[in-house]
Amino acid sequence: MSAQKNRLGNGGRINRGKPLRFTFNGRDYQGYEGDTLASALLANNSGAVARSFKYHRPRGIYSAGVEEPNAVVQLETGARTRPNLQATEIELYDGLSATSVNCWPTVEFDIGAINSLAARLLPAGFYYKTFMWPKSFWMTYERVIRNAAGLGKAPTAPDPDTYHKCHAHTDVLVVGGGPAGLAAALAAGRTGARVILAEQEHDFGGRLLSERGDIDGIPAGDWVGLALAELNAMEEVTVLGRTTCFGYYDHNYLGMVERCHINAAKSMLEPKDGPSERLWRVRSHQVVLATGAIERPLVFADNDRPGVMLAGALRAYLNRYAVRPGRKAVIFTNNDDAYRSAIDLHDSGVEVTALIDLRVDPDGPLPDAARARNIQVMDGWVITRVLGNRRLRAIEIQRLTADGGAITGEARRIDCDVLGSSGGWNPVVHLHSQSGAKARFDDALQSFVPGPARQAERSAGAANGAFALDDCLGQGHAAGLEAAKLAGFKSKSKTKRPTAESIDEAPLKAMWIVPGEAKPGHGSKHFIDLHNDVTVADIELAAREGFHSVEHVKRYTTLGMGPDQGKTGNIPGMAVLAGALDTEIASVGTTTFRPPFTPVTYGALAGRDIGEFSDPARKTALHHWHEQASALFEDVGQWKRPWYYPKAGETMQDSLNRECLAVRHGVGILDATTLGKIDIQGPDAAEFLNRIYTNAWSKLAVGRCRYGLMLGEDGMVMDDGVTARLAENHFHMTTTTGNAARVLGWLEEWLQTEWPELKVYCNSVTEYWATMTVCGPRSRDLLAEFTDIDLSAEAFPFMSFKQADVGGVAARIFRISFTGELSYEINVPASHGLGLWTALMTAGEKYGITPYGTETMHILRAEKGYIIVGQETDGTMTPNDLGMDWIVSTKKDFIGRRSLSRTDCTRPGRKQLVGLLTDNPSEVLPEGAQLVFDVKPQPPMDMVGHVTSSYYSAALGRSIALAVVKGGADRMGETIHAPLIGKTVNCKITGPVFYDPDGSRIDGA
Amino acid sequence: MFLIPCPWCGERDEEEFSYGGEAHIERPKDPDALSDAEWADYLFMRKNPKGTHFERWNHAHGCRRWFNAKRDTVTHVIEAVYKMGEEKP
Ligand SMILES: [Zn+2]
Repeated sequence: MSAQKNRLGNGGRINRGKPLRFTFNGRDYQGYEGDTLASALLANNSGAVARSFKYHRPRGIYSAGVEEPNAVVQLETGARTRPNLQATEIELYDGLSATSVNCWPTVEFDIGAINSLAARLLPAGFYYKTFMWPKSFWMTYERVIRNAAGLGKAPTAPDPDTYHKCHAHTDVLVVGGGPAGLAAALAAGRTGARVILAEQEHDFGGRLLSERGDIDGIPAGDWVGLALAELNAMEEVTVLGRTTCFGYYDHNYLGMVERCHINAAKSMLEPKDGPSERLWRVRSHQVVLATGAIERPLVFADNDRPGVMLAGALRAYLNRYAVRPGRKAVIFTNNDDAYRSAIDLHDSGVEVTALIDLRVDPDGPLPDAARARNIQVMDGWVITRVLGNRRLRAIEIQRLTADGGAITGEARRIDCDVLGSSGGWNPVVHLHSQSGAKARFDDALQSFVPGPARQAERSAGAANGAFALDDCLGQGHAAGLEAAKLAGFKSKSKTKRPTAESIDEAPLKAMWIVPGEAKPGHGSKHFIDLHNDVTVADIELAAREGFHSVEHVKRYTTLGMGPDQGKTGNIPGMAVLAGALDTEIASVGTTTFRPPFTPVTYGALAGRDIGEFSDPARKTALHHWHEQASALFEDVGQWKRPWYYPKAGETMQDSLNRECLAVRHGVGILDATTLGKIDIQGPDAAEFLNRIYTNAWSKLAVGRCRYGLMLGEDGMVMDDGVTARLAENHFHMTTTTGNAARVLGWLEEWLQTEWPELKVYCNSVTEYWATMTVCGPRSRDLLAEFTDIDLSAEAFPFMSFKQADVGGVAARIFRISFTGELSYEINVPASHGLGLWTALMTAGEKYGITPYGTETMHILRAEKGYIIVGQETDGTMTPNDLGMDWIVSTKKDFIGRRSLSRTDCTRPGRKQLVGLLTDNPSEVLPEGAQLVFDVKPQPPMDMVGHVTSSYYSAALGRSIALAVVKGGADRMGETIHAPLIGKTVNCKITGPVFYDPDGSRIDGA
Repeated sequence: MFLIPCPWCGERDEEEFSYGGEAHIERPKDPDALSDAEWADYLFMRKNPKGTHFERWNHAHGCRRWFNAKRDTVTHVIEAVYKMGEEKP
């Protein structure tokens, strides 16, 4: 185990009393409680921790926060492994184990680095240009690219942890627990408003954790402690640490994820007694965005070498983690803030070999303080060269010309092992932009700041472009008060806002590409997006190739598309694009900010809606019986329906043949419970059905049933089913299983929106009834054992309904048939279903009663040419196309009628329903097979239709198929072909009714 | 995710509702009096404005009532909701 040779002897917010062991890339290290993986690695002088995405260049830790582009790791292995986490965001715990994601085979020796030598081969758009043809290979290419790129691996085992979701309503949501957020939460909380304060880190304080300074005359850290104590004591305030607000949606709806169990106290590997993460869905009256700012780098030659970091990160590691990021530091800046890093480094005993300020004659308290420490300030100079591949060794600097556009004079070499660069700070406007508002480019800050609000939100502090601590506190306080007031809470007493010392800072000087000896792309590389290896040259190339929209440039170059989402590179990238296009940054604009702000696990989004809870299964009252009878099940919508009931030694076709023949010659029984059932009542019910169905209903006698076809207003078949008239003003409608909810919605929509004058009431009763279809020539004999009513064809004819006592239960019996055989559909209250079913099975033994499933049902109805909506129809079939014009009334209006006479619905050559008989009777066509009249040796061929249903019919001893064919109704007896892979099947076009065409079996054989 | 004020139930989350497209499209009283083009206009043509839009919503997982809403398609602010048959605000 190596020593923490970069750890300072004192200071920082780490607990030296609690050492933690961890493993990185197979090597053992030690850190302290309070460390992140990144700070612990830096404490151990880790150097390169990853390889870059495209060129596989060695990379070191670059930042101290969510913006980290380089130190991307795979945390742990096995079921709890998490890919693509930033080491800066992982709180260290005892036993942690992580590996870099981009470093096959190792960080030290990387075959992919050969890409670096062949860099000319990998310009912007390389993947698109190279892997363009044939298109069908793109999936393969993508996999190869992904493997070479080597991003993290998703776990393959099920996640052993649980994830929760919760909904919260609040008056004020404050996002960010830095100085502005704390001041806002205090101000709002003191009014009595309900406040949620969410901070993405475990420790509150935001940037205060990394700085030295006082608030209200006490050390800032102490002030944070007091503020938190006051907030926690307020009954209506909820303080959430480790909670990232990742998305701002419509109507002040925000998504947050709370990481409940990833911390030093408890390894993420241990089983948890609570959720691993909790998804918060917050609806807030008012929102305060105190999301801070992220530093952006200066872009100079080879600005990616390990040791090159953000200037603000240097003092974050120093002050927060007591880690000395190097021994000889250089700061390169265009602003005053980076002087703080030089000062803090110097004061902690790190040698600052130079502070290079590209401005001339910087002046003010911070430069004065640096000079007072004898820090060498090289103003008007820039870095032109970086030496050291695996670890920064030195830099070369040169003087800028008077106009700042080029360099001049001799290069001077400065030794250093760490370099902090600062190009200014970008307010985190992500949530503001997600809310629908448009960020505005601020010329003084040279960055985007929040524009006018579109929802009930306001930004405060650094997120609002107010970087000075005292401004953060003042704006936070004012924003908290305003938000509470607009949510209806007035400040009870005048509360004082917290204050801090103001330090004047001179304006920064924008310089988006630091000039050097050669142009970017010639020799050295100027990196914009470190994670995706996007350089200045790439963006300039994209602009030359005609990509002018920032959204296109992003996708072409992959700028900002890594796990860090370009938090450091996007603004410099847009500035470089603006330069290449010779326009203003403001007019280039930003790419669209989309949730999530930082990656969110699928586990958190799914919560408990996984496994059997991801999609509820609906089971009938007879489900258990079917299971006992070894039924195989088929999903129909959410329903589990018996598919068929195999017996030992049977093939599937054997089972289907047995079930089909039982129905045709004896008696079969089908669980038809899932059929949609809608109870329709009211004085206008018959009139309503007239308008909904294509046929007429007014004259249907009580006790009779009728088949109905429902069209959309476009004239296309939408659903079908049998409806019975139970009483003058009372109907029982059935729908297809999958369409039940849609049809009910359809009926309600017309009643409420178009015909409110109709007195009709609809109610779904699908689950109320258990429905069993007793079907076959012996069905009457069987049913007669259970009821006293006269079952003769005269007394109980086809398409009629009776209310009767069946086996001691009040039942509704419908004499309808989907098979062409004598058939009774018996409905009893669901609780009586199993009792009646078992009694029927026992009594039916002597007739060989056979339960059958949906597959047999499909075969039997296809033998009769009965359609299934959704199988023979696809939303483009009219009743005429199906040969069902007999059911279309010409005497009344109904939904869809006018459309049937539209030119397109009457033109010749529409696809029409036909039957197909293959020349070879044992050949069963595949459903979906395309049909042609003229077979050609190879595609393309004129496709004239397709097979919609195809089965082997045991009753007919041959295969049958239904199909839709252009002009098929006029082509009876003609030959049509189904070209399949390796063979062509020839068929004869027939009518769709194959079995008992004159319907002689309907009353029993 | 919108917060939609159902005229019967009050404010409810968008996931309880289904969207019904443009409002105030009346089914022609005498479809036969319409040319194919006029009928197609009723069937298929819908406004897609940037700004104020009158549209139908159904509180499908609540009271199951249809109602109309006036919504700004840019800001998504729902400026009014009103019952079927009531005048446009
Ligand atoms: Zn409602």
